[in-house]
Amino acid sequence: MNFFCFGLNQRTAPIEARERFAGHARSPALLRDLGCSEVLLLTTCNRVEIYAAADTNIANEEIAQSLRIEGGSSAKNDLEAFYRKENAECARHLFRVAAGLDSMVVGETEILGQAKRAYAEALANGNAGPLLHRLCQRAFRAAKQVRSKTQITRGPVSVGSVAVDLAEKIFGDLRGRKVLVLGAGETSAKTLRALASRGVSDLRVSNRTPARAEELASELEGLAVPFGTWLEQCREIDILISSTAAETHLLTPPLLVPILRDRADRPLFIIDIAVPRDVAPEVNEFDGVYLYDIDSLQQIASESHELRRQQLAAAEAIIDEHVADFQKHLGLSKSGTRPTKECPARVSGELRTSEL
Amino acid sequence: MDRQFLIFATICYLAAVIRTVVSFRARIFRRSRFVFLTIALGFVLQTAFLTVRGHTLGSCPITNLFEVLVFLAWSIALIYLLIGPAYRLSLMGAFTAPLVFLLQVAALLAPIDIPRASPIAPNPWLEFHASISIIAYGAFALACVAGAMYLVQERQLKTHQLRSIFYHLPPLPNLFSAMTRLLWFGFILYSAGMISGFFVNEPMPWTKIVLAFAIWILYGAILQGRYLRWMAPRRIAALCMFAFAVALPLLWSIEFVGHRA
Repeated sequence: MNFFCFGLNQRTAPIEARERFAGHARSPALLRDLGCSEVLLLTTCNRVEIYAAADTNIANEEIAQSLRIEGGSSAKNDLEAFYRKENAECARHLFRVAAGLDSMVVGETEILGQAKRAYAEALANGNAGPLLHRLCQRAFRAAKQVRSKTQITRGPVSVGSVAVDLAEKIFGDLRGRKVLVLGAGETSAKTLRALASRGVSDLRVSNRTPARAEELASELEGLAVPFGTWLEQCREIDILISSTAAETHLLTPPLLVPILRDRADRPLFIIDIAVPRDVAPEVNEFDGVYLYDIDSLQQIASESHELRRQQLAAAEAIIDEHVADFQKHLGLSKSGTRPTKECPARVSGELRTSEL
Repeated sequence: MDRQFLIFATICYLAAVIRTVVSFRARIFRRSRFVFLTIALGFVLQTAFLTVRGHTLGSCPITNLFEVLVFLAWSIALIYLLIGPAYRLSLMGAFTAPLVFLLQVAALLAPIDIPRASPIAPNPWLEFHASISIIAYGAFALACVAGAMYLVQERQLKTHQLRSIFYHLPPLPNLFSAMTRLLWFGFILYSAGMISGFFVNEPMPWTKIVLAFAIWILYGAILQGRYLRWMAPRRIAALCMFAFAVALPLLWSIEFVGHRA
């Protein structure tokens, strides 16, 4: 029996193609009708893939057709966006996907959860048999090992996640922290959302255009405050995110000194993502004040990217080991009998006890 | 026989130090159970040494500088094992192990394990005074370690140069909290040691009394500075390191029983 992977991802297909072939609830059943004995459908915002086992060779057109959403238009050369990998290469591909090596952001960990959910669904619907079970369990093990033995997941890779990591090191627990956003731009909104996702609940928005402040504040369940009071707010807040279009520095050392006097030794984290900068760089010299501009944040994010890139070789080596081991296992299966017929009780036991 | 326990304990701390250095060189710095376990094993062996030595002496084994250094290293390991996991400061082990290792090596290599010329009469107040003072030193040593960790983390945040260790060091408030608690703990023990010194009923050189008071005032001033918020946390951390660097060489002045032999 052969097993294969068939699909497309963000590198091989634009979003329009991924939308047309997004897969649907009936896709596994259609593939079973085509002759697949086991089917797993993995769909994320960046990829649509099926992993299947079959005794016969099933044409790519037929598989693609099973993934096409109802009413979806077709385009010329649609099939060119798909890739197909068989047996060991299929295993390698799944191991890399589960470990986040094939993701848009290398090392991201969300994909492992998505793969586990896809497997759980296939199992619940009776579409996953012993072959997919072993393939998936091995993939999850490989992904875990890559995560623990390398630094592939280390470091934040977006401005928002850098800000969150820094805030957590400065304040510890972010719950109860107060954040003021000065200027309601897209990046500041994203950063604010990232902080809110870690428990920051007191969100204040101040903008020269009050309506825009109101809009962002209501979107994030925060409070709009008049632009004229932002400096006074600095006495209370813990984090200031500034992104106005001001041409000169809004916050300078002389303005900050009396504010710091009232803050005792409470730290102040300033994220200045405006260009030109809203906050004078000398502000970073004060005890307890941590100023980061957009370049600093992007530098940290790119260093994390670089660190992850450097870890790729080590991660690939781990994947190679698992593929080789899995191939060895496959050799046994090929020369012997199919696992389901060989020992159903043991296999079902494995399915029950293995990690999802 | 008892020194063998100490040699094996030192090897355990050396293993923790090597692990730390390897982590630094590989730039893969993460919390390590290995470091915690090697320190725990080293502590058990130190305890065995102190037990055997104490049994031989018939008193608390702090009768010469060698034993004082070992007792101090033991105190540091004890306090680390107590507070490290509680405050999720397991990375503190990476900073603690080198300090304990150096103390043990100094104790083993220096010709300071000189037996007393003549046995002395048991004096419980004296033993309490000396042992509690050394345990206070252990707390001050750990406060110094927490201060070093705080300064490393704070510097990375200020300069925007985030190394691998940044992601494994605890947040600044956690480090500062551990540091101030260790300072209080050490200060209370040290005060108890000073008070008990009045009941020793033995002649003491005035220099020793003056230096002991100077250390007490130095740590008291740091705590007062913190309490009244005169100093930023970064300065407190730096002072913790300074105070311990000053206090350690003055260990000679801390009472040890053999001094008067």
